[in-house]
Parts: sequence; structure tokens; C-alpha cells
Amino acid sequence: MEEETWELRLYVAGQTPKSVTALANLRRYCEQHLKGRYVLEVIDLLVNPQLAEGDQILAIPTLVRKVPEPIRKIIGDLSNEERVLVGLDVRPHSSK
Amino acid sequence: MEEHSAAAPLLPQLPKAPTGIEGLDEITEGGLPLGRPTLVCGSAGCGKTLLAMEFLVRGVQDFHEPGVFMAFEETAEELAANVASLGFDLPALQAQKLLKVDHVHVDRSEIEETGEYDLEGLFIRLGYAIDSIGAKRVVLDTIEALFSGFPNQAVLRSEIRRLFRWLKDKGVTTVITAERGDGTLTRQGLEEYVSDCVILLDNRVIDQITTRRLRIVKYRGSTHGTNEYPYLISEDGIAVLPVTSLQLNHEVSDQMVSSGIPGLDEMFGLRGFYKGSSVLVTGTAGTAKTTLGAAFAQEICRRGGRCLLFAFEESPKQLIRNMRSVGMDLAPFVEQGLLHIEASRPTISGLERHLVTIHKMVGEFRPDAVIIDPISNLITVGNINEVRSMLTRLIDFLKVNGITALFTALINTRTNQNEMTEEGVSSLVDVWISVRDLEGIGERNRGISILKARGMAHSNQVREFVVTSRGIELLDVVIGPTGIVTGASRLTQQLQEQAQTLAAQQEIERRDRELERRRRMLEANIANLRTEFESVEEELRQISTDEQSRQQSLTAGKQRIATPPHLPTTSAD
Repeated sequence: MEEETWELRLYVAGQTPKSVTALANLRRYCEQHLKGRYVLEVIDLLVNPQLAEGDQILAIPTLVRKVPEPIRKIIGDLSNEERVLVGLDVRPHSSK
Repeated sequence: MEEHSAAAPLLPQLPKAPTGIEGLDEITEGGLPLGRPTLVCGSAGCGKTLLAMEFLVRGVQDFHEPGVFMAFEETAEELAANVASLGFDLPALQAQKLLKVDHVHVDRSEIEETGEYDLEGLFIRLGYAIDSIGAKRVVLDTIEALFSGFPNQAVLRSEIRRLFRWLKDKGVTTVITAERGDGTLTRQGLEEYVSDCVILLDNRVIDQITTRRLRIVKYRGSTHGTNEYPYLISEDGIAVLPVTSLQLNHEVSDQMVSSGIPGLDEMFGLRGFYKGSSVLVTGTAGTAKTTLGAAFAQEICRRGGRCLLFAFEESPKQLIRNMRSVGMDLAPFVEQGLLHIEASRPTISGLERHLVTIHKMVGEFRPDAVIIDPISNLITVGNINEVRSMLTRLIDFLKVNGITALFTALINTRTNQNEMTEEGVSSLVDVWISVRDLEGIGERNRGISILKARGMAHSNQVREFVVTSRGIELLDVVIGPTGIVTGASRLTQQLQEQAQTLAAQQEIERRDRELERRRRMLEANIANLRTEFESVEEELRQISTDEQSRQQSLTAGKQRIATPPHLPTTSAD
């Protein structure tokens, strides 16, 4: 089993409730299931609007899994943990 | 565009953004509503993307308004390639920061919904694109693609509603394209959100010919043309051809133009047609209508004018060959570039394309006269109403440009007596010449007559004419016992008249001779009588002389007797 580093990018638009929730949720999932194996980047489109084009971002918040391929996009505030994990193709890891 | 309401000049009109698309600005009376969204819906292949793109490009080129094109279905490269054939250079415009083409890729398979979200990303992208070049025009083509990407309809619809509000607040004129639905204007019901202006494009196949129609379903805050207008996609983009926008206020000329046939010119009070008028020549088959048209063309070219001849039945070479056989040589004019013969079958394309072709050629060639021979087989392309509306527009277009027009039309032998043309064109033209078959006993002759000529007196006779090797010649009028005669009857009539003249002459000569004879006779009589008279006179004179001499001698005798015989003279007794 190779250890792959997950590259995740979360696109938000300022400090809206959804964005804040999404970030909080994401941090939690990553710590729980991907500890030490991930890189998380938060991009605020209000600051850098031109970056929306690259990953074709329409919905906010959007979580993009860049690595491992294929690229997966998950939209929403990430409240549904199961969906998030399935979407990211992460095997749940119950850990402390 | 000008304001049409003279009644309320002070009320401001709804501000409009001119599209620059030929004909569309006229129907919408100024363009699309400024700062508001317009919905363009239609079925596949109608040209929605093209219309939207042309709106943007013309906005840049003609009105200096930068634009943003958000493409949900095609990539920027595909779009550029598609519109390159129209002369729109998208990459160049993008490089000059006048146009921005943004491809938005929506793929359902990539997306997983995990909670609450909104489409702020789209807003951010759009806002960024608009602000980066200061765009005033935006196209969203086609926003329905979002429906396939985001399954949560509630969120989607509320976001779309928010988007249009946001676009209005931004003050950009937006064009949104959508696919036509069954029974609804759009498949996803976008017309709920866009209520300022809705344009419907239609692509119909009638009798195997495609016709495109455009209709403004609604235009809030403005009057507009409400009918269906045919439109074309040509090499320069979309062209809408409205009928009702043509106003009847064009310049008129007092100059006269000859018809090319001297005898025909004389039948007109002013010896020809007005320049810029329209002439219709109708006749049944084989009545020399094409020859008349060619004679007119020859006359125009002979005087140095330019003439454009649209032939829907013969090829140019055939036309030239046939006209040469009647003494009209059109080839030199073609070579000099004064005459251009454009031939095509009417069924090769729809009526609208013919109209556009004619418009284009007239614009390029700048003729003084246009001849269309014939217009009657355009009916094979469309129904009568469509042909009539097309001809109305054509005649108005030519009149506005001061071009004299001559149309030939074949009429049905059945309706010949009604003197009506099937296209109802006769009320549109200024001059109507009819060439007819005058069927006599055992022969057919051709007669030409003027049914109407606006603005001048004209002859009411049906003049017989023949097509000789020297062209068309009108024969003199011969009046017989029952009216004007033609053909063999005319020849008979002429012979009869000659015979009558001869007979009359002979009669006169006979009378003269009779008179002479009488005179001589009388004179002889008189001579006789005179002789008699003289002899009687002589006789009488003789008698009288005799009488006198007798009397004298009697008197002398008596004297002798009275006087005694000679006595010697007594002497002094």
C-alpha cells in the first residue's frame, strides 16, 4: 500500500457561513481519516477571482481533490460526512 | 433609430442597445433593452449562438462596447472556429481585450453534493470577466447546461433568479440562449426569469425548403414588430428581413427611360417609363416577354447604363444566343461589364435567400435597371403570400434606390381573361404591360397593350407586334369593320382597302370620261345649231335683200311710169 499524499483544494468566497462550516468540516475529516497524508489549500475567490477558471468552479464551497487522480469535485458545506468520504474515495479510518 | 410617436415626444423611450444585426434593430425599434436580459430561444440549428455572438461582436466593432461570452457548451477554440467563416476574428478581439470568451465546463459525473451550496463561483467568474474588460454586453450560452450539472433544482432556480437580478444591477445587456421546449418556450422554463424581452427563432421545413423565422414574443416597455420575420444566415452573419419597416417615402424622378422598342414608347404619353418605376410584363407562354426584357436591357446598356438581369429559366449563354437571333447582341455589353446576367433555378434556395442575393448583387453592381425574368416561377419555392411579401420588399428596395425594375410573369391561360396575375403583384407596380395571344381563325398573332401606367396617359389599343430578325416591331393599326384587326385579317383588310381605293379611282376616271363625252356632244350640238342659225340668218338676209331690191326696182319703175316720157324740152314757148 503506497502512501499517497492527497492534495485538496477548498474554494470559498469570503467568510460566509457555508464556507466557514465547510472548512471546519474538512479539517475534521482530514485529521480523522487522512492524518499526515494530505495537503490542504484554501482559495478565497473573492481575493483571487481568476483562479475559478482553472478548476471550473461554479458552486461555492467546492472541494477539489487534485491528487490522486481523477479529479473529484465535491460541492456543499460538507456536512454529510459519508458523502464526502465516498466522494473523495477515502476509506474511513476510525482513529483518535 | 427615430421615434415613431409624434404624439408624445417628451416621454423618454426605453433605452435600447442596438444589436447591429441587419433588420433586427428595425423590428425591435432600436435594439435590445439596455441593461436587461433578453432570452433567445429556438430549436437546434436555429442560430441562437450565432445571433448572440454577432450581438457581441457588432457591439465591439460598431458600438465600442466590450463583451463577455460565457460558453457552457463549446470551448473558446470551437467557437472561434465556428464564427471565423463570418469574418469574426475572436482571438484578435480577445487579444485586444475587447471580448472575453469564457468556457464553463459542467460535468455531472465530477460533482458530488454534500450539503448546502450556492453558485457564487459563477457570479465571481462572471464578475471578474466583466470587470476585467469593462464589458457592457454579456452572453450566456446556454445556461440550461447548468441543469444537467446540478441536480438540486431548487438551489439552481433560485440562483438563476439571483443571477439575472445581479446582471441587471451590473447594468449589462445580456443575451441568454435556451433550447425550445415542447409546448413551452424553453425546456427548463427560463422564461419565468427573463421577462423583459423574449425572441423566438424557428427553423421550419416547408416543401423541402428550409425557412427560418424570427418572432419577438414579448418586449416589455416598447412597441415592436409582432409578426414572424424571415431571417437568413449568410456569409456576413444574420440578416432579418422585415416587411413593415419599409416606409413609403422615397425620392421620385422625372426622368424618362425608353423601353427599347420605339413603337412601345409611343404608346406611352411621356414616351417611356419613369426612372425608378417598376414595370410588369405579363403574358402567356411564348409571347416574347423575355425578348421585351432583353430589349429593355439592351437599351439601358446602349445608353451607358448598367443593367442586372436575373434569369430564372435560361442560362446566360442561351439567353444571349436566343436574343442574337432576333437582332439583339447582348454579348458586347456583358464583356464591357455593363450587363450582368445572373441565372439560377428558383428552387435552389428559399425565397429569402433569393431576396438577399438580389440585395447583395444590387449593392455590389450598382445597376440602373434590374430585370427579373420571370418572377412567376418563384411560386414553386413558396406560397403566394410569401412570394407577394418578398416581391413587395424587393420592389420597395429597388424603388428606394432609384433603380428601374422590369419583371416578367407568366400568366395562366385560364385566368387570362381576368387580367390578373397570381402573385397580386399588379397593384405594386407602376406600369403593367400585357402581351397576349390574339387567336384568330386558324392563326395566332401577338398583341401588346398597356393595362396601366401610373402618372401618364397611355394608349388603350392592343397593338399587334412581330418578332423579326431586327427585333420587336409594332405594326400599324388597321381598323376593320368590327374594330382593330390583326394577322391574316389585317392583310385581307389591307388588300380590300387597296381594292376599294382602286375601284374608287376607276370610278372617278369613268365619270371624267363621261363628262368629257357629254361636253363634246353638247358642243357638237351647239355647233350644229349655230350653223343652222347662220344659214337661216343668211337666208333671211337674202330674202330681205331681195325684198329690198325688188322694192327698189318697183319704186324705180313706178317713178318711171309717173314721169312722162322724155319730151323735148320746150323752149320758149
